[in-house]
Amino acid sequence: MSETAEHHDHGMSDAGYIKIALILAAITALEVSTYYVDFGPLFMPSLMIMMVIKFVMVVSYFMHLKFDNKMFSFLFYTGLALALFVYITALATFKFFIA
Amino acid sequence: MAETATHTADHASDHGHHSSTGLSNNKLAMWLFLGSECLLFGGLISTYMLYRGRVSDGPHPSQIYDIPFTSVSSFVLLMSSLTMVLAVTAAQRKDDRRTNLWLTVTAVLGATFVGGQVYEFTTFIREGLGFTTSLFGSSFYSLTGFHGVHVSVGVIMLLSTVGIIKKNKITGNKAEVVELVGLYWHFVDIVWIIIFTLVYLIPA
Repeated sequence: MSETAEHHDHGMSDAGYIKIALILAAITALEVSTYYVDFGPLFMPSLMIMMVIKFVMVVSYFMHLKFDNKMFSFLFYTGLALALFVYITALATFKFFIA
Repeated sequence: MAETATHTADHASDHGHHSSTGLSNNKLAMWLFLGSECLLFGGLISTYMLYRGRVSDGPHPSQIYDIPFTSVSSFVLLMSSLTMVLAVTAAQRKDDRRTNLWLTVTAVLGATFVGGQVYEFTTFIREGLGFTTSLFGSSFYSLTGFHGVHVSVGVIMLLSTVGIIKKNKITGNKAEVVELVGLYWHFVDIVWIIIFTLVYLIPA
């Protein structure tokens, strides 16, 4: 029971982290393969999806956001959402109105 | 009453200083800092996205990027996140020997990544891409250079942590100190995950 509580507080076991790292390595290999293999119209969406999956896996498991207090998730994802909003707006402005 | 106060003080010492939310002030500050870092790197990444096609002089991105080399660098940095999280779990088990071992391995992997970046930069400069050659060059060096500086700072933090653990200078919660360094290190890794895809894999 105490061990379960410990894992709930601090994340996963070492073996669990190694599994996550192997999945991340496999996704990275798949990303690199897009440079050599023609993915056609799936090229861009597949790269973006793989990037987001890797990002979320590292943040959730290695940075423990999945197991930690939701306040930490709020602080981080608020910064991230603000950055995305500001810079997508800026990029759209330059792309459509200034270029 | 006195016993309760002593117990509370011991508890606070074990888990770092806590805010009125019951959460560690140090962790809150670190997550707030990382949230603000998103804005810094967001600015640098969007500047690169705007200017990567602006090559008036010098080589184009597709002419100089060495994808196999950068892929290996990315893999090294990704694996350093694994060794970092193993250091954190060892610190939570109060196993100082393994904590220092994994922190040192993480620092070595980080230094390898920075070494690879220095090699990449010198190769690019030899091939004619200087900081002021084109808007592409300026935005590329600014983005990847800022990231490289963050990795270098991370390596210094890791080695400093090894030093203070060895000298037993941490008076509070040792595991939390290692976790805070780990949060910074993983952040550097997730920024590279984005840079690797947007800068290297997606052609200009």
